[in-house]
Amino acid sequence: MQLALERRAERSTFIAIASPLIAIALTIVTFAILFAILGKNPVEALYVYFIEPLTDSFTLQEIAVKATPLVMIAVGLALCYIGNIWNIGAEGQFIAGAVCGSWLAVRTNGTDAGAWVLPAMLVLGAIGGALYGLIPALCRVYFGASEILTSLMLVYVADLGMDYMVRGPWRDPAGLNFPTTAAFDPVASVPILFEGAGRLHAGSVVALIVVMLVTVLLGRTIMGFEIRLVGAAPKAARFSGFSTDNLVLFTFAVSGALAGLAGIIEVAGPIGHLDPGVSSGYGFTAIIVAFLGRLNPIGILIAGLFLALTFIGGEGAQISLKVPLDVTKVFQGILLFYVLACDSLIAYRIRILRPIRKASPANA
Amino acid sequence: MHDVSSKTNSAGTAPLLQALGITKLYGTFCANDHIDLDLYPAEIHALLGENGAGKSTLVKVMYGLIQPTEGELRWLGDKIVLAGPSEARALGIGMVFQHFSLFENLTVAENVALGLAPTESFKEISERLAEVARVYGLPLEPGREVWRLSVGERQRIEIVRALMQNPKLLILDEPTAVLTPQEADQLFIVLERLKSEGRAILYISHKLEEVKRLCDTATILRGGKKVATCNPREETAASLARMMVGANIGEVKAASGRSTTTPKLVIYKLSLEPDDPHGTRLVDISLEVRGGEIVGIAGVAGNGQDELFAALSGERLSPSDGAVVIEGEAAGLSGVTDRRRLGAAFVPEERLGHGTAPRMKLSENALLTGHAASGMVKRGFIDKPATLAAVDKTTKVFDVRKAKRDPEAVSLSGGNLQKFVVGREILREPRVLIVSQPTWGVDAGAAATIRQALIDLAARGAAVLVVSQDLDELAEIADRIAVMFHGKLSAPLEAAQATRETLGLLMGGADTGTPGGAEEATHAAGP
Repeated sequence: MQLALERRAERSTFIAIASPLIAIALTIVTFAILFAILGKNPVEALYVYFIEPLTDSFTLQEIAVKATPLVMIAVGLALCYIGNIWNIGAEGQFIAGAVCGSWLAVRTNGTDAGAWVLPAMLVLGAIGGALYGLIPALCRVYFGASEILTSLMLVYVADLGMDYMVRGPWRDPAGLNFPTTAAFDPVASVPILFEGAGRLHAGSVVALIVVMLVTVLLGRTIMGFEIRLVGAAPKAARFSGFSTDNLVLFTFAVSGALAGLAGIIEVAGPIGHLDPGVSSGYGFTAIIVAFLGRLNPIGILIAGLFLALTFIGGEGAQISLKVPLDVTKVFQGILLFYVLACDSLIAYRIRILRPIRKASPANA
Repeated sequence: MHDVSSKTNSAGTAPLLQALGITKLYGTFCANDHIDLDLYPAEIHALLGENGAGKSTLVKVMYGLIQPTEGELRWLGDKIVLAGPSEARALGIGMVFQHFSLFENLTVAENVALGLAPTESFKEISERLAEVARVYGLPLEPGREVWRLSVGERQRIEIVRALMQNPKLLILDEPTAVLTPQEADQLFIVLERLKSEGRAILYISHKLEEVKRLCDTATILRGGKKVATCNPREETAASLARMMVGANIGEVKAASGRSTTTPKLVIYKLSLEPDDPHGTRLVDISLEVRGGEIVGIAGVAGNGQDELFAALSGERLSPSDGAVVIEGEAAGLSGVTDRRRLGAAFVPEERLGHGTAPRMKLSENALLTGHAASGMVKRGFIDKPATLAAVDKTTKVFDVRKAKRDPEAVSLSGGNLQKFVVGREILREPRVLIVSQPTWGVDAGAAATIRQALIDLAARGAAVLVVSQDLDELAEIADRIAVMFHGKLSAPLEAAQATRETLGLLMGGADTGTPGGAEEATHAAGP
């Protein structure tokens, strides 16, 4: 007996819609087995992960806070991935944005600078992320370097650069030698939406606006058409008069800007200062979010909230189930694996090849 | 129900494969409507029909690629269900597709080995490949990389690959569409031989003369229904064509007294290095196309036609601005969009993937070339109603048949998609039209529509350049014909002087005086 993948004559629309749901179901089953092996009650574990966070206003707000950077980054990445352009370095662009925006917060710290500081920080964050994203894009356009490798490697450069800044020039003199900047002034901080009730901040509104703008960009504008065409049929795109090189620059700049914006919002919002632990891997998790959301902005919004749920649920599980936080990472890895596996069923079906065919006696 | 047990052909043989009442519905669109077909051993059976008549659907059912909505298949009288091509192959059904699935950078033997079950060693496969190729007179060098081979040689690989599975039934989808007349003659010898070995052959073609010459039986489909099964040798090409289209094909009429105006397309001393290692270098090409005339470019595939098309469309830029002049404006350094804005339009050879994005809707494919100069984009936003209106207009004027208003390009049959792609450009009223293989793999009805549209466009004063390997087509529509060979373009001949002999000599490289040029050209030919 042998398993084979066979191309379907027609793509299955049913699987295309159901694929993320099947993937989530399979992940949950795998996860339940994993918990059983760890000696935990799977039903209780799943409750802690997926239901408990939804029962409380504070954790609901936490989910939105966690989803905000994920959705913003993933929406930008979706633009790249639709065009078959592989930006793997959103993590680095996130950090670059956080560092560039923080520069202004550090410079104005303790001065009587006015309300212009935060908007200027957001602009600087977006520009920083965009410029950092343009490095791998330019390397691809002018030297033919694979953007997959260069964008990924630049993540570590950004990470070490930030590390240097917070341990060196920007270290808080009153910070007992901890590697962190001083806490940002109120004018350099993203405002909380419901004072006293939780941590939901104005950045989540920005994320929603980004989702809407990118939906319009992709569906209604010639630029969105260009991105979709380059991804779907590169030769036809060239015939259409669109240049892949320009598109590489554009999508990297936009996705870099969104990642940078997410970075500075995260630093100026929930965290409140710059330190080496600002990201916790948002730029990589956003790749999962982008694919789980079928590279569609609305889908990404839903997927971002779902992944945020697993983060918050994972924190709850640490406390009540005494499992390590890494279990959440394992969960996300399994999920991406299943999403990609299920996607191949859109164009292919699994067939079991047997040496003897009962259906065709005439063959004997 | 059909009484099939007693069914035999004139020689008293029972049918090998029977299709009974095959019906395939796509939504409400009926691609196959209760089609019966009997294939007998030692018989070449032609499947004829216009594009969209349901030929492809029917053979896909017979090869297990799609499941019929209704009806059944019988193999030697037993009902069979083909869940996929591997089951069809196991039964003894082989198929050679119109579009080859070969890896360019692998050798012939490696390509064949990839398609076979892993029960033999690579050495055994290579030996068997050489043996099959020798026995059937299909010369192939097992160690040669595919990119070095001509289209005809590539097809041989596909045929040999099918034959190595020792099929009882071989299905060929428009095998001669891509072949030179000489290559086609060689193919016919092989097919006759397979027939004499008792194999059944299902032969799909548009070329009526070929069917009359080669096939014992012909089944004609029209609009998803079977029209007739007949002996093509007893029919005339005209009577077969009438059955295919249901009416007499309109003769293409040349506009009488076509007068030419100023040169609207000028190519001046264009030389261009190929951008991929398998390409052809363009050498010092000069040509003028005046308003009101159709100039044809003939030549064996792979002699620089693709490169010339890319240089004219702006997909590749020329070394100097003056190398390509459109409507009096130097455009050699302008991109595709700018050239469209100057009034030029282009139809590439490849309908799917080049002329259209297969998985995008027709309205989006209208936008694909219309975004430059057709008012479909306003301040960066797409005017969706305008794109749909363009689809509707093309559908109406060019009689594009499709299942719904705005389907994906890939769902159209070849001829209907070609009518859409040509119509999309012609309805923009270009002043310069450059079209490559306008009727490649297209049925007689659609071909006549397209050729007539080209003639009418020229009559309205546009300059039309047609790149084609079909000499009959060029003879029918072109005022002047030039020949490409090894990246060079001959001086154009007036149509009256361009006899088959003259063109044939030029296509073999006669004026360059290269010894053995023709053979080399065949080897250099790419896809």
